[in-house]
Amino acid sequence: MSEFLLEVKDLSIIYATEDGVVQALTHANVTLRQGETLGLVGETGAGKTTLARGIMRLIPDPPGKIVSGQILFDGTDLLRLPAKEMRKYRGRQISMIFQDPMTSLNPVMTVGDQIREVIMTHHPEMSRQDTKKHAENMMEMVGITSTRYGDYPHQFSGGMKQRVVIAIALAGEPRLLIADEPTTALDVTIQAQVLEMIHALKRKSNTAMLLITHDLGVVAQNCDSVAIIYAGEIVEYGTLRQVYKNVLHPYTEGLFGSVPSLEANAQRLAAIEGMMPDPTALPKGCKFVDRCKYATDRCRTESPRLLEMEDGHKARCFRYEDREVKRHG
Amino acid sequence: MKAEKTGKQQRSLWQEAWRRFKKNKSAMIGLAFFAALIVIAIATLVIDFATGNEFYQNYVINQDLTSRLKGPSMEHIFGQDEFGRDMLLRMIWAVRYSLFMGSMSIIISLIVGGILGAVSGYYGKAVDGVIMRCMDILLAIPSMLLATAIVAALGTSLVNVLIAIAISYVPTFARTVRASVLTVKDQEFIDAARAIGCHDGEIIFKYIIPNAMAPIIVQATVGLAGAILSIAGLSFLGLGIQPPTPEWGAMLSNARTYIRDAWHVTVIPGLGIMLTILALNLMGDGLRDALDPRLKD
Amino acid sequence: MHKYILKRLLMLIPVILGVTFIVFFILNLSPGDPAAMILGEQATAEALEMKREELGLNDPLLVRYFNYMKDLLRGDMGVSYRNSISVWDQVIDRFPNTVVLAIAGILVALLIGIPLGILSAKKQNTVIDNISMVLSLIGVSMPNFWFGLLVVMLFALKLGWLPSQGMGEGFVPLLQSLVLPALTLGTGSAGTIARMTRSSMLEVIRQDYISTARSKGVDERTVTYQHMLRNALIPIITAVGLQFGTLLGGAMLTETVFSWPGLGRLMVENIKSKDIPMVLGCVVFLATMFTIVNLVVDIIYAFVDPRIKSLYKKGR
Repeated sequence: MSEFLLEVKDLSIIYATEDGVVQALTHANVTLRQGETLGLVGETGAGKTTLARGIMRLIPDPPGKIVSGQILFDGTDLLRLPAKEMRKYRGRQISMIFQDPMTSLNPVMTVGDQIREVIMTHHPEMSRQDTKKHAENMMEMVGITSTRYGDYPHQFSGGMKQRVVIAIALAGEPRLLIADEPTTALDVTIQAQVLEMIHALKRKSNTAMLLITHDLGVVAQNCDSVAIIYAGEIVEYGTLRQVYKNVLHPYTEGLFGSVPSLEANAQRLAAIEGMMPDPTALPKGCKFVDRCKYATDRCRTESPRLLEMEDGHKARCFRYEDREVKRHG
Repeated sequence: MKAEKTGKQQRSLWQEAWRRFKKNKSAMIGLAFFAALIVIAIATLVIDFATGNEFYQNYVINQDLTSRLKGPSMEHIFGQDEFGRDMLLRMIWAVRYSLFMGSMSIIISLIVGGILGAVSGYYGKAVDGVIMRCMDILLAIPSMLLATAIVAALGTSLVNVLIAIAISYVPTFARTVRASVLTVKDQEFIDAARAIGCHDGEIIFKYIIPNAMAPIIVQATVGLAGAILSIAGLSFLGLGIQPPTPEWGAMLSNARTYIRDAWHVTVIPGLGIMLTILALNLMGDGLRDALDPRLKD
Repeated sequence: MHKYILKRLLMLIPVILGVTFIVFFILNLSPGDPAAMILGEQATAEALEMKREELGLNDPLLVRYFNYMKDLLRGDMGVSYRNSISVWDQVIDRFPNTVVLAIAGILVALLIGIPLGILSAKKQNTVIDNISMVLSLIGVSMPNFWFGLLVVMLFALKLGWLPSQGMGEGFVPLLQSLVLPALTLGTGSAGTIARMTRSSMLEVIRQDYISTARSKGVDERTVTYQHMLRNALIPIITAVGLQFGTLLGGAMLTETVFSWPGLGRLMVENIKSKDIPMVLGCVVFLATMFTIVNLVVDIIYAFVDPRIKSLYKKGR
């Protein structure tokens, strides 16, 4: 048995579109232990959702294609499983909460039945009444009265819909929960509520979580470790403490610069200059080179590796080459 | 200034649409086939005019009872019909009836339906209510049924068939134009036009109609296909174009009697209709994709 | 829900009144003199005038329409000019045959069209998709009376499997005689429905809730039918409703090709003999039938789409 619940190794995903091939994810590596929460932070289009969907093997194909890598879940490579076996993992072992609760529920099915569907799929031995009972319990657990079992999604508010989505995700008692910006589509007042609920439920059942967000505050409150992703590459990776106390990568530095702080008396938030490169024509060297204030000539021609520091903190930048731990073998 | 600017935008919009249309291979095949039909139709008219109908009399409707229903041969590659007439020539001469009658009826219903729809959408309220309820009622009668009823009442003649088909397509165009008018109506350049003193008619014809062109063109192409089918259907029932005038539907109607004896008199006219409709449908699909790229999957 | 149905039923009345009025108006434009048709050419001017008075032809159009509708409610559509038999009786006699044919036709259209559309959408941009879309387009482009003649040539004359003419008596012969006309009537609509199903499915296929369904571990069959098709169904139902109209119009042609004793053929026969009351009776029946189908379609919407249903639950 592996020490990790989830181990993504070297995962690369492309989208072949009419305008060219998009490198959505390049050689991504992440690991997650039982009960642990990993925050995945990056801008829109950086490849966060692609990584999440990749783990679920729900990349729309065409145009998406997983080109290389392994996704080890509890030691089993999900990418090698036949479709039928993979379905047993979805909803039961790994669940996903999608970004927009407004569109992630089937409009012509009652919310109760949508929750029950997970249970029925993974517990064919259960009787109809039992599955219904279970679904009703799930509704109560996320704070919806079970009398609303027969209501349709359009009768719920956004926050309530997201609760339904969470109930669906947790109904199969998964060991890994992937939450793809679970609160961005919600009102600010409800965001905290929903996050808190996810956090509490997760802790109760010791579920591991991959939390995708672009909000560093959310990460600080919920995560044990952090991966920063930029243009399809993980540029910095470490525990919450490492990344927050000792920022390595210039991009992460930029991200922190754009967070409002109560302590620093800045007049204005520092935005990161420039835009993410065109994903069909990425720069040859470091992907961040055009926006980096430390960029050198070498950065333009050569692509840095993800370097590992002594404490396990990793960054993809030439500036830390001298601090890299040399490993042999 | 303003008009010039919109004019320029419009042009590039059409150029852009044409560029997209050209990329669509099947739509281009449809267009080529349809263009060929137009050329054929005109050529037959020219021949008839130049020979004073002599060619038509001698070859297209002239009977040769010694070689009835003969199958395709080197001399008559589409074979001969029940009166020994050359099928190829009859097929060719039939093109103009379908095209002319079809396009005339679509043009008429486009004008009538367009005006009704534009008035309805532009003035709204009671006018809109009355016109659109009438259109709803017309739509509640299947178009082929409506056309047949009209022909039944007025009698079978080219003009009556034309009127019948035209009326049955009026509601479709009225709806299309009304919908476009409603989307264009509230945009700022209409207010601007009104501000510089354009009256209603001017606004409708100068600003609203050109902006509603895209859906109208698509609708007209699809409508033309339907109209040609309806004409053939009416003729097949003996209610449309009457023999000996060569027309595909009427040819099929005659062929029915000889269905046991000769396959080619049935198969060939139907193929003519089918290919024409197919070409128009391909064009229609292509136009829809080209004019409204949002709809493309 | 009952309220909704009741409301739709009430809205049916003005539509049927409008439809009958238009048809009545059009058919009375007919230039011929019915009295002369009934009495023949030798009739005296006085006899003609008397007949006209008897038929009410001297009244203004609106009065005649009013009288016609009054009679219609009692099941009286006047008598045929040709043979003085009750129009109502003849129309009622033929009506079920057209209903049978139309239902069989729409079944053919649905059974071919929807699976073909689903298959195409699921295999988008593959060879299968291209082939089925070309087939659908051909189906849409074929004149159905021609297709009817072709299937007669192949299945009735060449292979001798099925009858080419008339309507069989008894269950099995009826089914046998129904196959070719239903196929003929349904093919064109099948093409349209397949195209509609495909585009409607493609719109649904990329929706987030489909990903949600997949993320539950549900098998592909359930995803396709429970989640995709049920959402794609609304535009498909609209298309089917409209196709029913095309089908009823096409029934005239199909019935003529197969000598099917239905309303369409009755109508065509009587147009040629200028028997206006008969034609009127047929058109009124067919148009009313189409109107009722549209009503049924509207009610089905409410069952398929909970959003429409709750609109009426709360609203009024």
